[in-house]
Amino acid sequence: MDIYTRRRTINIINLTASVLTTLFGLFFLSWLLWVLFQQGFSHFDWNLLTLDTPGPGNETGGLRNAIVGSLMLTGVGVLIGAPVGVLAGTYLAEFGRYATISHAVRFINDVLLSAPSIVIGVFVYEIMVIPMGNFSGWSGAVALSIIVIPVVVRTTEDMMRLVPDSMREAAAALGAPQWKIITSVVLKAALNGIITGILLAVARIAGETAPLLFTALNNQFFSLNMDGPMANLPVMIFNFAMGPYDNWHDLAWAGSLLITLTVLMLNILTRFFLRPKR
Amino acid sequence: MNTHTKSDGHSTHSLGDRLFHGISGFAAIGVLLVLGAIIVMLYTGSRPAFEKFGFFNFLSTAEWNPVTEIFGGLSPLVGTLVSSAIAIIIGLPVSFGIALFITEMAPPWLKRPVGTAIELLAAIPSIIYGMWGLFVFAPFFATKIQPVLTDTLGGLPLIGPMFHGPPLGISVFTAGIILAIMIIPFIASVMRDVFDTVPAELRESAFGMGSTTWEVVWNVVLPMTKVGVMGGVMLGLGRALGETMAVTFVIGNAHDLHLSLFMPGNTIASTIANEFTEADGELYTASLIALGLILFIITFIVLALSKIMLMRMAVKQEGRSA
Repeated sequence: MDIYTRRRTINIINLTASVLTTLFGLFFLSWLLWVLFQQGFSHFDWNLLTLDTPGPGNETGGLRNAIVGSLMLTGVGVLIGAPVGVLAGTYLAEFGRYATISHAVRFINDVLLSAPSIVIGVFVYEIMVIPMGNFSGWSGAVALSIIVIPVVVRTTEDMMRLVPDSMREAAAALGAPQWKIITSVVLKAALNGIITGILLAVARIAGETAPLLFTALNNQFFSLNMDGPMANLPVMIFNFAMGPYDNWHDLAWAGSLLITLTVLMLNILTRFFLRPKR
Repeated sequence: MNTHTKSDGHSTHSLGDRLFHGISGFAAIGVLLVLGAIIVMLYTGSRPAFEKFGFFNFLSTAEWNPVTEIFGGLSPLVGTLVSSAIAIIIGLPVSFGIALFITEMAPPWLKRPVGTAIELLAAIPSIIYGMWGLFVFAPFFATKIQPVLTDTLGGLPLIGPMFHGPPLGISVFTAGIILAIMIIPFIASVMRDVFDTVPAELRESAFGMGSTTWEVVWNVVLPMTKVGVMGGVMLGLGRALGETMAVTFVIGNAHDLHLSLFMPGNTIASTIANEFTEADGELYTASLIALGLILFIITFIVLALSKIMLMRMAVKQEGRSA
């Protein structure tokens, strides 16, 4: 085999392998989604929304308490985390763009972005569950907010930095103070991007389980009381999937599909939000 | 303040500015405070365990017995490292192939859909991977893939015994494969981004000299971007080390050390997830928190390295374009 044939053969083999790896990735995505839709949809009915999670041996049940609990935990988590994240992102992009501390904050923020969420659960357990004496919805929401913050900080800074300096200068030339420049010029221009970041954060925490395991715990019953243990979809899925009953497994699949649909929809929504800018 | 001069207006402006500056700056520092608080709380929470067993003794003891209250973190530590190593060994070549396909081979109309689809793998919550892994993938793996691996790799010297074991499907190896699928989108998207930073002129000149696509990638693109690629791999590793739910479902949660990868095991994250709420007694809880501290330190170092590498890549990039 002469050198040209050899080089061409190596090329063809490696490029084929590259196509195969891509198909490998796509294959797992379709396999996962296929199983999820097949298992999840067959258990979709009105009971999911109207009945609470069944106890052991109980045949009929739904996910009402878990859905409501998840919505509340996610909502409160975002309400706590997003303002802090937007403010910190604003500082990094505007006031302290070149400050020494900003470099440290950016660095730590990026590390926190991928930090193990189970550790955040342990942390919140220590600072909230132990002092309060019981598992609670509040501590679950705080744990989720700690995951929200780095996501929002990052996108807020990136989006504000995309706003051209000439716009800031134009506002400054009209005599606007900096806070006014930021709130009515920069923030307005970057709003779509910031909302995108918040939606991404919601998508990120919608299925987070590890930080809720020992903060919000779970609750078999319907409860709107954030001071007590709270039902939520992810922990419900974990408990029911590991449980021995078939109807528990069915509900876990239905819950999984609900979460995945939410997350996929949020992802599509964020792409839609970002589209007009390009 | 009460004069009608320009300084009046100026001072109210600066009050608003100072207030906004202060509040936003405090929020930014809050990010650092959160990190500091996490480390302090993990440290204080784990002290009873380290005082009783000693730091290195805790790490080198495999026994984990809530009844006799002897706790050692060796088994979860090894499980964490081994499952993540499997994830990288499988995930790295696959991610490279995907990045190669998207940047060098795919026609323009295909780049976006394929890229988006791979990114969706990262968007799916880990609990979903866990469900799918437990009910679908683990049985499939045990009956279809594992016998093949035992027949082929099981015959090799040295590593052979690692591929013998009962066909449970619940094993360290299964966890490694699922971790690999979960980190592929992270590694692949970093690789794709850094590959895209290589100037077209360089690629074209290599093509002009008669290089094949593979030679361009292997001899031009990869050497130029290796720091960034390493950063991407470290990011994937950091993700794999701390991943909890997907692993908890399929690893079996056994405090045993086995040479075989097809035996159940545990990781730090899965141990905490499984036992934390049931842990009674100060020492039990403290030992679990100690595991959490160790996990946090390891992932922090790995993720920090990843960040430093990606920053060096970015600096290199700026230097080139300037």
